[in-house]
Amino acid sequence: MNKNLIELKNLTKRYNGMTAVDSINLTIKENEFVTLLGPSGCGKTTTLRMIGGFEDPDDGEILFEGKLLNNVPAYKRNVNTVFQRYALFTHMNVYENVAFGLRIKKVSKSEIDRRVKRMLKMVDLEGFDKRYVDSLSGGQQQRVAIARALVNEPKVLLLDEPLGALDLKLRKEMQIELLDMQRSVGITFIYVTHDQEEALTMSDTIVVMNKGVIQQIGTPQDIYNEPTNRFVADFIGESNIIEGTMLEDFKVAFDGLLLDCVDKGFAPNEPVDIVIRPEDIRIVVNPDEGMIKGTVTSVVFKGVHYEMIIESDTREYLVQRTMMFPEGSVVGMNVQPADIQVMKRGDVLCSEEEEEE
Amino acid sequence: MQKAIKRVYMSIIFLFLYAPIIVLIVFSFNKSKSRGQWGGFTLDWYIDLFRDRQIREALYFTILIAVLSTLISTIVGTIAALGINNMTKIGRTVVLNMNNLPVLNPDIVTGVALMTLFISIRMELGFLTMLIAHIVFSIPYVILAVLPKLRQLNKHTAEAALDLGATPAYAMRKVIIPEIMPGIVSGALIAFTLSIDDFVISFFTAGTSATNLSILIYSMAKRGVKPTINALSTLMFLTVLILMLIINKKNDKGEDIII
Repeated sequence: MNKNLIELKNLTKRYNGMTAVDSINLTIKENEFVTLLGPSGCGKTTTLRMIGGFEDPDDGEILFEGKLLNNVPAYKRNVNTVFQRYALFTHMNVYENVAFGLRIKKVSKSEIDRRVKRMLKMVDLEGFDKRYVDSLSGGQQQRVAIARALVNEPKVLLLDEPLGALDLKLRKEMQIELLDMQRSVGITFIYVTHDQEEALTMSDTIVVMNKGVIQQIGTPQDIYNEPTNRFVADFIGESNIIEGTMLEDFKVAFDGLLLDCVDKGFAPNEPVDIVIRPEDIRIVVNPDEGMIKGTVTSVVFKGVHYEMIIESDTREYLVQRTMMFPEGSVVGMNVQPADIQVMKRGDVLCSEEEEEE
Repeated sequence: MQKAIKRVYMSIIFLFLYAPIIVLIVFSFNKSKSRGQWGGFTLDWYIDLFRDRQIREALYFTILIAVLSTLISTIVGTIAALGINNMTKIGRTVVLNMNNLPVLNPDIVTGVALMTLFISIRMELGFLTMLIAHIVFSIPYVILAVLPKLRQLNKHTAEAALDLGATPAYAMRKVIIPEIMPGIVSGALIAFTLSIDDFVISFFTAGTSATNLSILIYSMAKRGVKPTINALSTLMFLTVLILMLIINKKNDKGEDIII
């Protein structure tokens, strides 16, 4: 296993009495691609900015290779940032933008030239040296911003919603490119986004945050398949969240049904939240063959699948299937035990839109 | 038909606007001393201008004050704009309104007020008081020219420089100032133009020891208009015209419009 590079210990930031980041603990390893994911105002950007040195924590510690980083000014940290909307220097051409950090470090002219050229080649901007950044497209500016940061060979690259300003198609392409770059240069990426799909695509580890608190840390698979609470289940992908009761290990009840599941370790008769992903509900034509009987009330074509709402006696289910069942038809629904995710109820922090910064 | 009316209307407006200046320029080349009739073309009045010690001195004062007040007001105004830009929204609104008031204030009020101030603190009216007055009335315009550039700047630009290893001073020198340079240059040009252009405030703050061109023209005109005044006014008009063209040329290039 790689060694720890950055450790956040009880890191806290308050703005005018509001707690933006609430005593978070996080360990980031070398070469890891970590994504801080959450709705706006969840504290993800503030956390990133504290690591970059642009915000002073009110409490807690930031350790970098075991050394305290709190009081080191931004310009002395071995960390580089790709900012929201890039923040390129518009009075300089592409070459000078990328060379900026190296010139400060008094790297020799020939070395600067070699490294800038190599970096521009890597981000596919060969021959753009003399162009001014204003004359570049969004995607190209984005690449300049990445090159400007990476050319300094930082131990960590911080990326603050770097693809937020790009259109969907370009965003998807850049996701793949960024991932390739991260693999090839072998440095740690800390990536902030509110786009759950982006997080799932790119990350080794996802840190889901809400209201300044870490909700769950895990691999994309963990986060998607085993959300620890209602917020995570709701934020990552679409889901049916049902209140139920854990009767005993591997037995969960809701709406008068008793189902097998793979979860254990709950108190007898503990109230729980149950997550069933829309794609995990199978439909059978004969209603009597299903565990749950329902009527299709809405059908929407989504390209890869149909999204249907099926109403049982007690609730509505969101179901995604490649086969279409017409509105009004009565069908049966089945769920595999492994596709039922049981979560502790706890006091749920629900998402609320707040102004970030 | 409608088009023709529009054209005529426009022509009349411009005729009214520019007729006095055209007459002035034409008569600055008039051989006859009379203001009423044309006595043939001459450059004598222009040559006279540069022979006249009084005029040369006034020209020297005018340029010296314009250069110094431009320099100082540009520096002070730029620093002020940097500060205002970092204020909270409420603070910024308050300061900007306070900044705009002197711009709208009648020159004569500003002039009398400054004179009263200088006298009350027992400063002798002269070169220094006139310079201070010019700096004072130029600063708000510099702020108004620089601030939009700062507002346009990506709020993370300074952070990006620090992130790449620049000290705060280096980031200011190599990134922020160059990024807002077009605004600073516009501000300086406006300050320079205003300084050359000003009569009212100069008149009240100059005292007897310092005389700039506009004051000189005024006092010469009281003794009867000599053709040299026409020549001098023509030169001043051309100077301001050229400066305005430069400013507008800059604006055409997609930079901020100030005037």
